[in-house]
Amino acid sequence: MTSVLQAQALGKKYGRRWALRECTIDMPAGHVVGLVGPNGAGKSTLLKLAGGQLEPTAGGITVLGGRPGSTPAQLAKVGFVAQDTPVYAGLTVAEHLRLGERLNPRWDEGMARERIARLGLDPAHRAGKLSGGQRAQLALTLCLAKRPDLLILDEPAAALDPLARHEFLQHLMEAAAEHKLSVVLSSHLVSDLERVCDYLIVLVDSRVQIAGKTDHLLATHHRVTGPRRDPDRLPAGGHVVSARHTDGQSTYVVRTGAPIHDPAWTVSRLSLEDLVLAYMDKRDAERRRVALEVRG
Amino acid sequence: MIWLTWRQFRGSAAMTAAVLTVLAAVLALTGPDLASRYAAGIAGCTPNNTCDDFFDRFFDEHQIPFLALTLVVLILPALVGLFWGAPLITRELEAGTHLLVWNQSITRGRWLAVKLGLTGLAATAAAGLCGLAVTWWSSPLDKSAVPEMARMAPLVFGARGIAPMGYAAFAFVLGVTAGVLVRRTLPAMALTLAAFAAIQLAMPLLVRPHLMPPVTSTFELGRTNVDGIVPQGQEGGAMQVFLSTSAVPGHAGAWVLSSDLVDPSGRTIAGGDGASGPSSTIARSIPVSTTSGPCALSRAQGADACRAEINRLGYRQQATYQPLERFWPFQWIETGIYALLTLGLTWLCFWRVRRGLS
Repeated sequence: MTSVLQAQALGKKYGRRWALRECTIDMPAGHVVGLVGPNGAGKSTLLKLAGGQLEPTAGGITVLGGRPGSTPAQLAKVGFVAQDTPVYAGLTVAEHLRLGERLNPRWDEGMARERIARLGLDPAHRAGKLSGGQRAQLALTLCLAKRPDLLILDEPAAALDPLARHEFLQHLMEAAAEHKLSVVLSSHLVSDLERVCDYLIVLVDSRVQIAGKTDHLLATHHRVTGPRRDPDRLPAGGHVVSARHTDGQSTYVVRTGAPIHDPAWTVSRLSLEDLVLAYMDKRDAERRRVALEVRG
Repeated sequence: MIWLTWRQFRGSAAMTAAVLTVLAAVLALTGPDLASRYAAGIAGCTPNNTCDDFFDRFFDEHQIPFLALTLVVLILPALVGLFWGAPLITRELEAGTHLLVWNQSITRGRWLAVKLGLTGLAATAAAGLCGLAVTWWSSPLDKSAVPEMARMAPLVFGARGIAPMGYAAFAFVLGVTAGVLVRRTLPAMALTLAAFAAIQLAMPLLVRPHLMPPVTSTFELGRTNVDGIVPQGQEGGAMQVFLSTSAVPGHAGAWVLSSDLVDPSGRTIAGGDGASGPSSTIARSIPVSTTSGPCALSRAQGADACRAEINRLGYRQQATYQPLERFWPFQWIETGIYALLTLGLTWLCFWRVRRGLS
């Protein structure tokens, strides 16, 4: 399995505050990787470092085998859609395409025009007057038409209404499949990721809590409920991710490769969202509050 | 990248070009007329030796456009720094578009190089053209100006020759640097204005006098450097001399840094009784008989005779100055200093932007 992104003890400091610290991560190629975590977990910083928008303070990061942002060739291989999908408000849609054409050697003019036409965007329209959804689509078009090998999206759909978000992610999926792109996508909306990602990484406090293929994760995590008792009564070989207790009952989220047959426990499947929350929930009550915000 | 930079810059570039074209047209239309009137005036005054009066009259008539143009050239670099320099990067940071452009297949270094190079060149060219046009237009007035407004005078020097180019390049990069450091447009503009104003004041006050070692010399008192002699107080026994602080004889247009009256033994004479004389003079009292001799109050021999008597007694003006011949060397040195400062700040900008502006 080759990697699109590898980080070793990666750190980034803003002033005296570490936004990302001791982050070691490995993202496989050929997947749509979802990066999820509470606000302030360092997702955005990690992706900016991967896009070469920032230089690391500590550690190292390799994207597609090269140092991010170091050379025009490296930049050409990576497409980056920033948070809030910024575009030049004063430039028209056509001028954005011209910008892309002038600044990218691998620019696919036909594809860009075709996408703009399919989206129904008027080339003479100023980008500042586009709706949020249209702006995001324009930013995505700019990124896709440079024909990258890896597409990085930092909360691309956060500001969009549900319909626009759905459409945006739909387009993203189609493009990724059509051009065999690797995609890394961050979001705090697990429902979005559930729809598009086949690989998931949960990042809390710069640390990778769990990483793996979505279907594999869902197959190996279970919610077990039963009368209140200690976790050591749980089947051997399992790993307790989170635990909650009421007066008479205990609920655990367990990771285990083997099936659970103990009749004392009620075993049920987890949704991806529950799984993510369980990993965010591992932390103390303060963390729990953040996780609830994420859920809301 | 050149296309994008030009696309972002063309609006303000076109506006500036329009304003400068109008200014240049007005100067081109009125300049030759001004020069011919000056030539005619010189031809008229030379035979009967009244050119000083002509100079005063000529300069007086055109003082307002002269000052206005000088001011325009002095302010232009500051405007360039405020409105071209400071927003150059902050505008991108505030809209987030730096993240868009930094992900095109072009390195941040090249992106900055093109933006800085193109806009900076335009800024320098605009200020240079404006400065040289005003220098050309003002040259008859510069020749007839009062000493305080001669070409070497602090206010006028910076609005002539090639110095405005250096100022504009520096102000522009200063604005960009401020933007890169504080990352927001308005604070960056405020910082640029404050820093540029401070440097533009410090330059003529602290640095320019020492660009070349100034000349120190003593001069006889004459019409050029004495602006009146009056008896001191009621009791007599001394005359008050109003010594010019901006002119020395024989070196028209020199920039006088200090001027004082020295007695025959070379000691400077302390201030007079505080009587206020004409502007740009200092009052110095000299002990001389006011009851008899050329300076006697009763004898109506006039100031010339009294001045001759004071000269005979050995009193002299001692002045430190930079002669007018140094105008161009000074222009080159000062422009060079600003060019070096510009390079230093440019390096700082690149260093910051390469690290991703964090």
